[in-house]
Amino acid sequence: MDIPGLGTAFILQVRRDLQLAFRHVGQLANPLMFFIMVTTLFPLALNPMPRLLEAIAPGVLWVAALLASLLAAEGLFRQDVDDGTMEQLALSPQPLALMLLAKTVAHWLITGLPLVIMSPVVGYALFLPRDAVPTTMIALALATPILNLVGGSMAALTVGLRRGGGLLSLLILPIVMPVLIFGARATDMAMTGVDPAGALYLLAALLLLAVSLTPFAMAAAMRISLD
Amino acid sequence: MENTSREDSKAPLLEAHDLELWRGDRRLFEGISLAVHESELLHITGPNGCGKTSLLRVLCGLTLPETGKVIWKGRQVARSRADYHSEMCYVGHRESLKADLSAYENLGFDLGLRRDAGTEVIRSALEEVGLTRAADVPSRSLSAGQKRRVSIARCLASKARLWVLDEPYTNLDVAGREFVDEMMTRHLQNDGLVLLVAHQSHGVAGHTVRQMEMA
Repeated sequence: MDIPGLGTAFILQVRRDLQLAFRHVGQLANPLMFFIMVTTLFPLALNPMPRLLEAIAPGVLWVAALLASLLAAEGLFRQDVDDGTMEQLALSPQPLALMLLAKTVAHWLITGLPLVIMSPVVGYALFLPRDAVPTTMIALALATPILNLVGGSMAALTVGLRRGGGLLSLLILPIVMPVLIFGARATDMAMTGVDPAGALYLLAALLLLAVSLTPFAMAAAMRISLD
Repeated sequence: MENTSREDSKAPLLEAHDLELWRGDRRLFEGISLAVHESELLHITGPNGCGKTSLLRVLCGLTLPETGKVIWKGRQVARSRADYHSEMCYVGHRESLKADLSAYENLGFDLGLRRDAGTEVIRSALEEVGLTRAADVPSRSLSAGQKRRVSIARCLASKARLWVLDEPYTNLDVAGREFVDEMMTRHLQNDGLVLLVAHQSHGVAGHTVRQMEMA
C-alpha cells in the first residue's frame, strides 16, 4: 500500500494542530499572557528607575520566557494522550519521531513565536536599550524552540503520570540552563556594546543538537508512556 | 488457555508466538500463541482483568511483550512496524477523535497519514456507516454510538486488512451492535481479519469464527 510521504504527513500534523489551537484562542494566549504579566510586574514591584530596570532587564526577560515555555510544556501531548489520538498516531505507518517533531513545531508557532514577537514591547517596558532588541529577538527565536523540544521530550516521558506537573519542571530546568545562560548573555553583550555573535552561535548549535536528537527521545519516551 | 485450532493449509497472516507480559510484579499472561488466517475472526474472551486488552495492545505493537514475537505476513512486526500499521486499524476504548473537529476532519487527518485517498473515500465511508448528516458537526456533539460508527468508518476508509476491536459493543444499543456485527461480517467476506475482544457474544456466524478463552 502506498504510504504518503514524510513531508505530507509533517505538514498535515502541523496544520491540524494549528487548526485545533485556533478553536481555543483563550488557551492559545496563556503563555504569552504569563510572559507579559511577569515582565510588566517587575517595574511595578521594584523602584521604576530606568537604570535599575535596565540592569535587570536581560535576566527578567529570559527567566520569564523560560517559565512561560515551561508552563506550556505540560499541555503539549496531554490532550492527545487523553483522547486516544496519540494511540492512533503511534499506530500510523508514519514515524512517531517525525509526527511528534511536527507537533512541537506547531506548538512553537503557537507558544514560542508570540514571545519572540512581543519581546520588543516587553523590552521597552524594562528600558532595554534599543540596540539590544534585535539581538534579543534573534536569541529568543533560537532559544524558544530548544525550550519546546526539550520540554516536549520530558512531557512525553511524564504524560503517562496523572500528576506530572512538578516533576516536569524538575526534569526540564537543569537541561535548559545553558539556554538561559547564553540567551541572557547575548542580550547583556548587546547592551554593553560587545559583539554577541559568540553567544548566538552557541544557541544555534544547541538548537541543531535539539532538533536532531530530541524527536527520537520524544518518540521513545512516548512509546513508554503509551505502554 | 484453550485454543481450538482449525485445519488450514494456508499460512496464517497474523501469528503470535509464546507471548508473555508482566505488569509490575504481576504476570498477566504467558505462553500465548495464536494464528489468524484470511477471512477469520478471533474472539478473545475472559473475565475482567485477565489481560485481554493488554494482549490486544501487544498484538498491535503498542505494548512490548517480555518475551515472544508477533508476526504479520511472515515478518516480525517489531522490525517492520510501518508495513504492519499501514494494514491494521485499531479501535480502542477511547474513540480517538478530536472533540473540536468534525468526524470528516478527524478521518481526513487519520487517513492522510495512511494512504493517498481523496475526500470522496472519507465521505463514502461515513455514508456507509450511516453518518451523512452528522459528518460535519464537531465530534463532541456525537453520541457514543455515532462515535463508534466513526471509528468503524476509519477502518473502512483506511482499507486495513486487519481490524483490531477492543470491546466495540460498549455503550451501544441493539441497533448499534447489529451494525458492528454487519460491518465485521462484510469485512470477513472481503478476506479481512478481525481480532475482537468482547464480553458479549457477537453476531457473526460461520466457520470463520474462532474463540479463545483467557484465564
